Amino acid sequence: MARRRRSRYHRLDVKASPYLYVLPFFLLFGVFGAFPLIYTAWVSFFDWDFLAETHQWIGLDNYWRLFSDYTFWNAVLNTAQILVLSMVPQLLLALLLAYALNQRLRSPRFWQMSALLPNITSVVAVTIIFGQLFGRDYGMINWFLGLFELGKIDWQAGQASSQIAIATMIVWRWTGYTALIYLAAMQAVPKDLYAAASLDGATSFQQFRMITVPAIRPTIVFTVIISTIAGMQVLAEPLLFGGGSISGGSDRQFQTLSLYLYEVGFNRWEFGYASAASWLMFALIVIAASINYLFLGRIRRH
Amino acid sequence: MAVVSPPRRTATPARRPSRRRGFLRHQPSRLTYLSLLALVFFSAFPFYYSIVVASHDNSVVAQMPPPLFPGGNLFDNIERAFGTGLMTRALVNSFLVSGTITISVVFFSTLAGFAFAKLRFRGRNVLLLIIIGTMMVPTQIAIIPLYLLMAKFQLVGTLPAVIVPSMVSGFGVFFMTQYLRTAVPTTLIEAARADGCTTAGVLWYVVRPAARPAAAVLATLTFMNSWNDFFWPLVALNPDDPTVQVALSSLSSGYAGDFSLAFAGAFIATIPLLLVFFFLGRRIITGIMQGTPNR
Repeated sequence: MARRRRSRYHRLDVKASPYLYVLPFFLLFGVFGAFPLIYTAWVSFFDWDFLAETHQWIGLDNYWRLFSDYTFWNAVLNTAQILVLSMVPQLLLALLLAYALNQRLRSPRFWQMSALLPNITSVVAVTIIFGQLFGRDYGMINWFLGLFELGKIDWQAGQASSQIAIATMIVWRWTGYTALIYLAAMQAVPKDLYAAASLDGATSFQQFRMITVPAIRPTIVFTVIISTIAGMQVLAEPLLFGGGSISGGSDRQFQTLSLYLYEVGFNRWEFGYASAASWLMFALIVIAASINYLFLGRIRRH
Repeated sequence: MAVVSPPRRTATPARRPSRRRGFLRHQPSRLTYLSLLALVFFSAFPFYYSIVVASHDNSVVAQMPPPLFPGGNLFDNIERAFGTGLMTRALVNSFLVSGTITISVVFFSTLAGFAFAKLRFRGRNVLLLIIIGTMMVPTQIAIIPLYLLMAKFQLVGTLPAVIVPSMVSGFGVFFMTQYLRTAVPTTLIEAARADGCTTAGVLWYVVRPAARPAAAVLATLTFMNSWNDFFWPLVALNPDDPTVQVALSSLSSGYAGDFSLAFAGAFIATIPLLLVFFFLGRRIITGIMQGTPNR
């Protein structure tokens, strides 16, 4: 009897335990991750003022309004520009850095730690520091340019200059991190490939181009996708670079999508409109990530 | 994790600019070390400069040329940053938030990671795929309904509003699954089962000790991430009861132009991270290098 009860308990244990262990994740993610995501779509069909008692169903009106909303598309454009300005140098520098880190260095851990150091700081601290460096009157960078008689740049005022400043912060913070991911992939490339190429007289750079980069291509795709998703959500840099202003500069010259979302949602409290903007932003992120994916897929074949 | 130290070159005979052919056989060139030194400079300079600014009177900061060496006002400025009482409160809040999230993420990730790595059940692969998919979801998209949800639970302005949504992490589950697949031999689990161990027993006596190194890495990464989290705390908390990052942002925008104060705040907010980094940096690097879905 006891034995049968035990074996029944055993079977229940084996069958049910796995579900029990993965349940907390799905429960919490369901309530605070998946549900809000879907609920965004619902809210986007309403004229939903957070402070109002009732909310009126208006169908697709929020979306129509968005399509002709200059500030929204301005934010889209700014985000895309900052994305390109930050991602391209970041990934190229990271590749070179990983290449350097992948050699037989003395005390490799020291160089790896140096690469990671920028990443551990918070965006807020980084932006405060770089905001000063890029200051117009007393900034270190303008002082440095002045040494070469290059004149002062009002970094915040211009569209290009402000976006370059913001992109610099992102590049600074993420290049080392990305390089470490590449380094991990490079270390997994079979060594005999290099030995063979070396015997054939391939230079180190040729080896890098013909062996290393193709071998770690999946990892490059991964980092491109990840930084696209992250780059579409840049918020703290433009917010704090503008001294806490939600408009992203006097002419909205560096207002990103997230900042726009923040303005509509938590300054104007237009939740319906902000939700519609969120969904469009989601669509744009998916499109941007897919374009990158397809683009990199084409490179492989050529 | 074997750290292979490079063979020491003793008494280098007049260094020729080595032809960089086949770096497997050759020592890294001088150019490599030069560029790595540039890396160290660019990585460390902003930190150094933040100490320079934080240790000067603000009038010195607003001078041309800007100061290049630390001054003597560091503690004055730190005192000023703490002066409002906001920073102290924010530090306590941040430790509470990040600590709770870290414990929770590590715990739930180990549970789920164990199940995905070592237990057989229907739908396992699909569920794991979903979890990997959640890592790709841009979280900001859902911030409006999340706010509505918290308002409904009357949690807006309280710490649980910041803690609860981050209590599980898809990355964490994925990370632990990857690790436990190889760290725990299946034969060991079968042996424990044959000895009458329940699944919970296996988890406690076999998996828990084996998971420790990965748990430490995950804990470090999670702590730093939630310490640095900004958008959601900015939205969900009151400005007078914030986390460190939110307090820092109001410090910098509230006293625009007072760089000494803002930098002292940045210094305070970064110190815990620097400590974590110096003690656990190796582990963090291992974690980053293992934690990406390689091919």
